[in-house]
Amino acid sequence: MLDVDAIRKDFPVLSRILPNGKPLVYLDNAATSQKPKQVLDALTAYYELHNANVHRGVHTLAEEATALYEGARDAVASFINAPSRDEVVFTKNASESLNLVANMLGWAEEPYKVDADSEIVITEMEHHSNIVPWQLLAQRTGAKLKWFGLTDDGRLDLSHIDEIITEKTKVVSFVLVSNILGTVNPVEAIVRRAQDVGALVVIDASQAAPHMVLDVQALEADFVAFTGHKMLAPTGIGVLWGRQELLEDLPPFLGGGEMIETVSMQSSTYAPAPHKFEAGTPPIAQAVGLGAAIEYLNGVGMDAIAAHEHRITEYALSRLAEVPDLRVIGPTTAEDRAAAISFTLGDIHPHDVGQVLDEQGIAVRVGHHCARPVCLRYGIPATTRASFYLYSTEAEVDALIDGLHHVRAFFG
Amino acid sequence: MKLDSMYQDIILDHYKHPHGRGLRDGDAEVHHVNPTCGDEITLRVKLEGNVLKDVSYEGQGCSISQASASVLNDLLVGKELGEAQQIQEAFLELMQSKGQLEGDEEVLEDAIAFAGVSKYPARVKCALLSWMAWKDATAQALAGAPVKESA
Ligand SMILES: Cc1ncc(COP(=O)(O)O)c(C=O)c1O
Repeated sequence: MLDVDAIRKDFPVLSRILPNGKPLVYLDNAATSQKPKQVLDALTAYYELHNANVHRGVHTLAEEATALYEGARDAVASFINAPSRDEVVFTKNASESLNLVANMLGWAEEPYKVDADSEIVITEMEHHSNIVPWQLLAQRTGAKLKWFGLTDDGRLDLSHIDEIITEKTKVVSFVLVSNILGTVNPVEAIVRRAQDVGALVVIDASQAAPHMVLDVQALEADFVAFTGHKMLAPTGIGVLWGRQELLEDLPPFLGGGEMIETVSMQSSTYAPAPHKFEAGTPPIAQAVGLGAAIEYLNGVGMDAIAAHEHRITEYALSRLAEVPDLRVIGPTTAEDRAAAISFTLGDIHPHDVGQVLDEQGIAVRVGHHCARPVCLRYGIPATTRASFYLYSTEAEVDALIDGLHHVRAFFG
Repeated sequence: MKLDSMYQDIILDHYKHPHGRGLRDGDAEVHHVNPTCGDEITLRVKLEGNVLKDVSYEGQGCSISQASASVLNDLLVGKELGEAQQIQEAFLELMQSKGQLEGDEEVLEDAIAFAGVSKYPARVKCALLSWMAWKDATAQALAGAPVKESA
């Protein structure tokens, strides 16, 4: 069991009283997490004591900054059980990580090259960040974009997997945990089929890395993307993990300082991965913050966090079921489900739900959650989403339920 | 309470009982969306000479966007175009006032109820959705079919 009271004390914002006098009930963790003092302190210490540019310069600060930045890479590598630290590429967020892969494949030589004969496979529950880069790649290369549809209960429909992933498929990219439905997807079935046809597998782990043990070797994927700000780290830092031989073979995307070996006016050679993919001054402080966030998460324990969120999810689902006219969009049990719960409340528009909840200090997200195809699939304009994290409590679930009754009374 | 300043009774009434809803004959049709939240409206404008004969609409969205379309229909239908444009501009000014203006009831009638909404930046777009759609549709109606000289 987590000591949630102790954990909450590490997060200054959680004791915030809002301008209307209400204490904050923060249930928008799938959008971004709050940050513990330990991460804020690491940022301050970095800037107060060690700030310098990395990998260039012989002075003390430059060496300290480089050691801190590269230390964060070590922390990420062990957090995701990467075989090598050189497989960890820092980006600015998950969106950039996914765009980076799509662009590597667009510019690649055979056998990775995506061209007019290729197929790209995604799913209907992707975040726009894992749709649009592939649409762009398909438009630019003439490749065909295909996707897995969804079942009525919010899961991937894999019944036609052999027709969707074919010999022509070059890459399959899918979300491990949906940010709108909360669904945890069955990785193995998809990876098996992709491997059978020789397709690369890209996994968007943005909603998984913060909440559960993430083991890139166990996933057997080729690339895994996630974003720091959802896992207690600052904004502006993301990760792309890729298998070493792929990172060696695939071409760089952004060019600039840091990513080169030698440069002449005619041509350049590139630094080995991961630096090949990190053009320009990287987000140094943000990486240091991510390292501190990982240390914090490890201190609590990812298994303990997952168990806590599972309990909260079960409790929230059972209490939401008490609210008349409330329809959960996504799995209605906590099995293979994470702690982001979307719902509709009768005909009351999510905007109105969110506004009345805000008045009670409750922060939820409303809208299509950057996954508009999911809303289209279920014939709804938008949802209200409550999403929980390691510091969420049953009392906060209760506040949400009271708030929803108030919303119904207000618009009833 | 702050919430009541946004959700005035007038707004809730229009939301629950919208005026002039449904699509009818028109000279131009537009479809506008609010990409951040998915509010949508399809709106048609019917001109007769210089007079706005009808504004019909169908849409989905929050109470603010739906009520605003209903108020628009009340206010603009039957008006001469010049006057309708002035009302639209007055409403736009009110919504951009960040809570500083109360609105001129002579001009805006029920629409002054939206003054409170102007304090919520995230909701101003909801209130303006139908009004921007109307402006666009009217421009298209004028461009497409030169208005006949009214007798
Ligand atoms: C599943 C998923 N993928 C990708 C992203 C994009 O993350 P970022 O905006 O940090 O690039 C998000 C976050 O919004 C997400 O939930």
